[in-house]
Parts: sequence; structure tokens; C-alpha cells
Amino acid sequence: MDMKPVHIKRRSTEESASFDRRIIDYIQNAAAHGLYEIRGLGAKRHVPHFDDLLFLAGSMSRYPLEGYREKCVTKTILGTRFAKKPIELDIPITIAGMSFGALSANVKEALGRAATEMGTSTTTGDGGMTQEERGSSKTLVYQCLPSRYGFNPDDLRKADAIEVVIGQGAKPGGGGMLLGQKVNPRVAKMRTLPEGVDQRSACRHPDWTGPDDLAIKIQELREMTDWEKPIYVKVGATRTFNDVKLAVHSGADVVVVDGMQGGTAATQTCFIEHVGIPTLAAVRQAVDALEDLDMKGKVQLIVSGGIRTGADVAKALAMGADAVAIGQGVLFALGCNSETYIRDEQHYSALDAYDALGTAPGFCHHCHTGKCPVGVTTQDAELEQRLQPMVGARRVRNYLKTLNMELTTIARACGKQNVHHLEREDLVSLTVEAAAMSGIPLAGTNWVPGR
Amino acid sequence: MCGIVGLLVKTPALKQQLGQLMVPMLIGMTERGPDSAGLAVFADPLKGSARKLSLYSGLTEDGADFNWHGLTHGLKEHLSVESQIEVKHNHAVLTFEVSPDLVKKWLHEHHPLLHILSTGQTIDLYKDIGTPTEVANRYDFASLTGSHLVGHTRMATESAVTPDRAHPFTAGEDFCLVHNGSLSNPNSLRRMLEPRGIHFDTDNDTEAACRFLEWRLREGDDLETALQKGFEELDGFFTFLMGTPDKLALIRDPFACKPAVVAETDDYVAIASEFRSLAHLPDVKHATVFEPAPEEMYVWNA
Amino acid sequence: MERVSFDLAKTPLREVNTYLHQQLVADDHRHVEVLNPDGAHNIAVGLDQPVTVEIHGHAGYYAGGMNKKATVVVHGSVGTGVAENMMSGKVHVKGFASNGAGATAHGGLLVIEGDAGLRCGISLKGGNIVVGGSVGSFSAFMAQAGRMVICGNAGDALGDSLYEAVIYIRGEPKSLGADARFEPMTDADYTAVGELLREAGLDHDPKTFKRIASARSLYHWNADANQEY
Repeated sequence: MDMKPVHIKRRSTEESASFDRRIIDYIQNAAAHGLYEIRGLGAKRHVPHFDDLLFLAGSMSRYPLEGYREKCVTKTILGTRFAKKPIELDIPITIAGMSFGALSANVKEALGRAATEMGTSTTTGDGGMTQEERGSSKTLVYQCLPSRYGFNPDDLRKADAIEVVIGQGAKPGGGGMLLGQKVNPRVAKMRTLPEGVDQRSACRHPDWTGPDDLAIKIQELREMTDWEKPIYVKVGATRTFNDVKLAVHSGADVVVVDGMQGGTAATQTCFIEHVGIPTLAAVRQAVDALEDLDMKGKVQLIVSGGIRTGADVAKALAMGADAVAIGQGVLFALGCNSETYIRDEQHYSALDAYDALGTAPGFCHHCHTGKCPVGVTTQDAELEQRLQPMVGARRVRNYLKTLNMELTTIARACGKQNVHHLEREDLVSLTVEAAAMSGIPLAGTNWVPGR
Repeated sequence: MCGIVGLLVKTPALKQQLGQLMVPMLIGMTERGPDSAGLAVFADPLKGSARKLSLYSGLTEDGADFNWHGLTHGLKEHLSVESQIEVKHNHAVLTFEVSPDLVKKWLHEHHPLLHILSTGQTIDLYKDIGTPTEVANRYDFASLTGSHLVGHTRMATESAVTPDRAHPFTAGEDFCLVHNGSLSNPNSLRRMLEPRGIHFDTDNDTEAACRFLEWRLREGDDLETALQKGFEELDGFFTFLMGTPDKLALIRDPFACKPAVVAETDDYVAIASEFRSLAHLPDVKHATVFEPAPEEMYVWNA
Repeated sequence: MERVSFDLAKTPLREVNTYLHQQLVADDHRHVEVLNPDGAHNIAVGLDQPVTVEIHGHAGYYAGGMNKKATVVVHGSVGTGVAENMMSGKVHVKGFASNGAGATAHGGLLVIEGDAGLRCGISLKGGNIVVGGSVGSFSAFMAQAGRMVICGNAGDALGDSLYEAVIYIRGEPKSLGADARFEPMTDADYTAVGELLREAGLDHDPKTFKRIASARSLYHWNADANQEY
């Protein structure tokens, strides 16, 4: 046998925990550009989430409902406090505010169609209301944002509810941006901007600051619309207990709390990953605030930020939410981060477009570039054709339908004839962190850290 | 977040009507501050070494039934201090002629739940939870007399709704402050002041501003210098209204997001967060009405 | 066509606004007077008819807010956000205005005879604002389109992050904001200022005004330009 000794050369491969490849890349990128990174979608870091909760279903002490036969109500009413015309939805799952500009007109139309088919609401975004989405949405929530791009009294009167946006889970305390690639002629006109500019959005409203002044602003919106429409107040989750209380003091009919996993079309990465608190902690604080004020059930709570599955919806409701709002989930349903896009019922590869962005399916967060490989977050005339309204509508409808089926499946198993009867005692925590944040005892114990 | 009001009368005859003029001002700020209300009123100073404390018994076990005469009796027994007490509901003004620190120490020891609202020769202070109307009726604000006053209605932002966290806040003697806004660095101020022997009663951000400014005044700064240091050290959003024995002062942060409006006539100067609190003042239609500028110090002399 | 008048000391604001929104045309009242406003907020918001509303006294926040087509005259001063998000028509304030006057206005003309507070014309989107006195700091912040005529002075950071809105000032700004710069006046500018002053009923020589507009250096990200972001 011809044996040849091998020369062993040691390779050092110990990665630093403090300066790992991700951080090195970050520093080198900063050094090259002198500018913070901007990107889309939400936080990528791991945070305690609804996955860390489990349901206690019926068995001997509680009796489950028959999964396919026995009725489980999902009807949801929002805005019962002051508005003459509250919002009635068939399911407690709504579509979160995303702008025309961030999304294509096709996508806005698809979301409207899907929401209408499912008997739920969709929401405008920064940049105003498009005809397509008003036309396709039975129930449309109109956002009033700090920048007021495209905001006008005619659309306000056309809306079914008004959402005053104070902050977003992805960037509480910050304004958004829309990079020039997405400011095409139609977007520019709607927002009164020069075509192709990198648009920055304000972080504070131009005409009020703080809850005492918001109370007056809300009154204005009510006077404008003769007290008909529910007024939502949306906050990014930070000091949620105080913020929810103050939203109630300001006169909100509905409070929307968006946790740090919530998405954005474009903002600084440092914001996305380092500002705000997880949805799990935020829901508990929001519910505490409403209970503290004896406003639970009088002011409704919508929770958003990383709601993905029917189980997530069920857990949010059990913790005390009246409804959830989904943004990123519906984008993924539309094909975000998929290898292919659909045209005439055929799949076509989008890999080249991912490659051009320097990314790949499963990792793409390049909403800010406007070059969405699957035509969702783009204003490019060619790329936006990759998502046809009818195709998108069907996919989003299917997704919402699936979530709702999962929600009622869990609710029935817990013995509920109405999904709104889920309660926090139906849950246990899987980790100490989740127990501490959610106030829900660790599975198999009565223990909540700190209590 | 809150509503603030201030009133200073220039015509001596109006001193008798100070409370009466102010009650509608305070009530006008109900929507800005529905959960608690308070005011500090400045009248002619006590003579010589006499001092007075405004005391609140609402946190004690007996509440409004607090045995105030037992308290004056105890003072005499333990400290040989003669004192007079004037009681309104769960509020009393205690007057005596020794060092207030001596009396306060005794109160802390013997009546730890009795809340000391203010100390001085000119100031009386009232604050409690409830709507401005409720609080004004409870203490008969309409009957108050004096040269100037500072009032506040509160919508609690971060710290809880309790009587001691209502405004005005005081520090030292004859100084008080009310605040509309929200400070973003109150805890570091507090950590800077505490090692200097300054005691805090609450976690409220306004208390930090109040104690900071009073500390500067005690260190020898005049009001203008103290306020200038306030601009340097206090971060966040604020409109402050302050009272001293002979002055009413107003400042707004550089962003001036929290409102303020002033109405001035030959008879009075009145300040409020919004004009609706000034609308019912006598002859306001002929008043000079203006909005105070940010970073400017406005000082009116009584 | 008749006059109708409401006394806010007696009639709730909600009734007045509902009347202005729903009943005005049917009644053919094209001139409405509001008495004793006493600093009330949200007077004459959301109008959508060519009506004249005269407010006799001081108004609170958002007077004439989101106005369309109507003329709102305030014989007094106004609180925060007068004519905010106005679409068309005219709002005329005889006294002074607090913060955020004409914020995000898309169209129409806002006249303030006295001073305006901070952030006057913030995020202006096409409206015109004429201020007889001075304006506070951060005025015309991120103003996108439209024109501001300032007959007095301005506070700090005038025109910060301007887009395509143009500012004409007779006095001096305490400082200009990032990306705002003085530019030479053209004949078109003199004409524009003259017309706006005339519409506002203010008597100044357009020749005494200077033009401030965006240098457009913040329109695009540029890491090498050391932008003032």
C-alpha cells in the first residue's frame, strides 16, 4: 500500500460572538458607504413570540366542540365606543396599512378583493387612497399619517374608518422613507413630490404632539365626518401600557398595537432590529392598560407585528386582542420571497431578479429598492406585471381562509362557540421569557416570573 | 400631558377675586387634563420667621377625618411649637414660627402618610385627583385670594394617577412649577440630584424639573440663570409655568410643541394652554393676546 | 340667499358643523356667522361648499381644517393647525396663528394678518400662505409645493428639507434650514408675490421680498456628499 502522510495545516475558524460575520459585514458596509443601511420587512432577530405559547384544549374538565359541525362565531365588531357606524367584520383578521407606493396598484387591488371576499377590512398607507383599492374594498380603513401624503377630505369621507398612525412596530419614533426608484409619476403625483426623489416621512404629526392635543385632532376628524366613522389610533410597541392608556384618553374607538416584528417598506436596519418591544409583551401591556381603565370590550384592540398563522391569531385573541392585522403575512401569500411568480397559471423563475438584487429567495428584504422580483413591492411597469390582481386576490383569500379555519379549529378544541371567548387562561408559556413577558404561567406550573 | 393656567392680578382690588377668576380657567382645561387638578396661590407673606405648610391628609387612614387638632397638640407636646391650623376637607394650612425642617421631620416621624404639599411664607398649595370641577369645589377654589396663582389639570402620561403626582410640584420654599409636555431625561436628572441630598417624593418627570430649578435657585442662580441651565439640562417637550412669592414665569422648549397663550390687560396677566380658558376673563376682548415664543423667558412681577 | 348665525355659547359645535356639512345647500345660506367662539376647537372643519363663514372672536385648534371651496374669516386669533390640509378656498385670520398654520395644505389661500407660530406651512403640498407678520422656527419644514409669503421675519431653520415649495420673505430668517437657499427673484416671482399680497389684502412692495427655494441636494442619498441627514 502506498501510504502518503498528510500535512496538517491548522485553520483558525473560531468566529467571534461579538464580531461575527454579520457584524463584520455591517461594519465594512458602513465604512464603505458612510450611511446607515435601509431595508424592508421586519426584525430578523429571534424574540419571544406566540410560538412560545401553547393552548390547553378541552378534555375532561372542559369539553371541545365538534370541529366540522358545531358553529364557532368569528364575527368581529370594531369601533363601538363613539362612532355611529362601527365596523362589522366576518373574521377577526384584517389587512394592515401598507401604502400604494410601497406596494403596486395591482397588489392594493388584490388585497381589497381578498379582504372583501373574506368579509374583512383592508387599510390604506402613507400616500393616500387609490381608486383601485376603494373600488375593490368593501371595508377600507384610511390612515392619517404624519406626512399626510395624498391625504384629503374627500377620501376621508369615503373611508369606513380612520386610523391615526402614531408609530409602527418596525420603527416606533421614526418616519418612513420611499426611495426614488419607487417614486414613479403616479406615486409622485399622489404625494405631491418630484418624480424619483428619495422621499422621507415625518415622525411626528405636523399639527399635534401628545395625547392632550391628539384628543383635539380626533375631535376634528369626528367633526369632519359627523361622528360616523370609528377612529383607530395605531402605536408602535414601546411604552405600550402608557401609550394605550393615553390613546384611550385621547378618545380612540380602537387601539392598534404593532409589535417590533411588524414590517416596513423601508427604514433604517438599526430601527428595525433595536427599537420597540416584541408583540408578545406588547399585547399583555395593552390588555393590562384597557383593563386598568375598565375599557376592555369598550375600546377594541387590534394586534399586529409578526402574526403569521391561525395559531398566532388564536393566541393574540386569547391574550385579549379583538382582532389582528397582518402585513408581511399577506405579502408572503402574494409570493414575496418565492422562487417563482405566476403568469397565466404558470410559474416562472424570478431567480435572476433576486440575483440582480444580490439576494436569494428566503432572504430578500429589498422592498426599499422597488425591484421586487415577484412584483409585490414595486412601481416598475414591467415587474409589477408579475403580480396580477386576480391571482394575488385568490392567494390572499386562501391564506386568510386558512388562518380563519385554524383559528376556529383551536377555538373549538378549547370549547368556544365564539373565537372571542378564548381567554388567557387557555394558554401556557413554553419558556421562562415568554411567561415573564406575557404574564402567562409556564406550562405545568402556576409560575410567572416576577410574581 | 396636561393643561396649565396662570393668573396674576395687577390691580390690588382684584386680589379678592383671584380664585373666582381662576376657576373657569381651570375648568376650561378639563379635556386636556381630566384626571387630577391643582393650584398654588401666592398671597401676602407671613411676618417675621413665620412659615406655613400645606398638608394633604387624603393618603392617611382617616382621610378627611384626620385629627388636625391632635397634630397641633402633638407639635406643642413634643416640640413646644405653637401652631395654627386652617382646615378644608382633607387639606390644611399649618402655620408656626420655627424652622420648617424641624416641623417636617416631626411630621415624617409621627404622620408619615401626611403629604406635605408646600412650604413657605406666601404659598398655599392644593392638588388632588378628580376632574378640575370636582377639585375646585372640594377646596372652594373660588374663595381663594392673593396676587397670583399657578394651576394645572393633568392627563397622566407615565406615572400613575395619584394626588401626590398631580401638579403643581414644589421644592424648597415658595416655589412651584407646573408642566405641559413630557421630559425625556428625568431619571438622569434625578440621579444627579439625589446624591446632592435632594429628596424626591414621586417618579414624576415634572418633579425632576421642579427640583432641578429650585436647586439652582438655592445655589444662588437668579431665575433667569436657573432657567437657562434648565434649557441646557432638561431634554424633551415642555411648557413650564412657575410661581415665586413675587413672580410668575413661563418658558417653552425650542420645539414649542405644547401650547400656551397669554392675555394681558391693565388689570391682569393670564396664561393658559388654550384660549378657551381665557375666554371668560373680564374684558378679554380688549386684552393683548399673544403666544409666548419658544426659548424666551417671560417673567411677570406681582 | 340669507345670512344665518350661530352662537356657540348656546349651540353645540357639532350642530354647527353638521349644519355646514349637510343643510347649508338646501337652505341656500351662503353666509354664516359664528358668534362667541371663545377659543373652541374645530370650528368650520371639513367644509365643501362655496360659503362664507365669519367667526367673530378667537378660535381654537384646526379652524377651517381641510377646507374646500369655502371662505372662512376669523375676526380674532387661532390656535394650532388653522386650515390644516386645506384643499381649496380661503381662510383669513385677522389676528395671529399658533403652530402648524396651514400644515400640509394642498391648495387654497391662508392669510394670517398677524404672526404665525412654529412650523407654519409644514409639509405644504400646494397651498399658498401669506403671513402679514413673522413666522416661528421650522416653518415650511419639508414643504413640497405651494408658496409662502412672509412679510416679517422667520425663526430658525426656515425651509428645512424643502422640496418644490417656494418661500418669499421680506424680513430675515434667523437661520435657513438644511438644503434651503436664497435665489434671485425673477419677474415671475415679483408677479407671484404681488398677486398673493393683493389677494391677502396686504400692501407691500413685491420688490422688497427675497426668494428661498430648495438647493435639491437632499433629493437623493449620497454617501459621499456628507448630507445633513
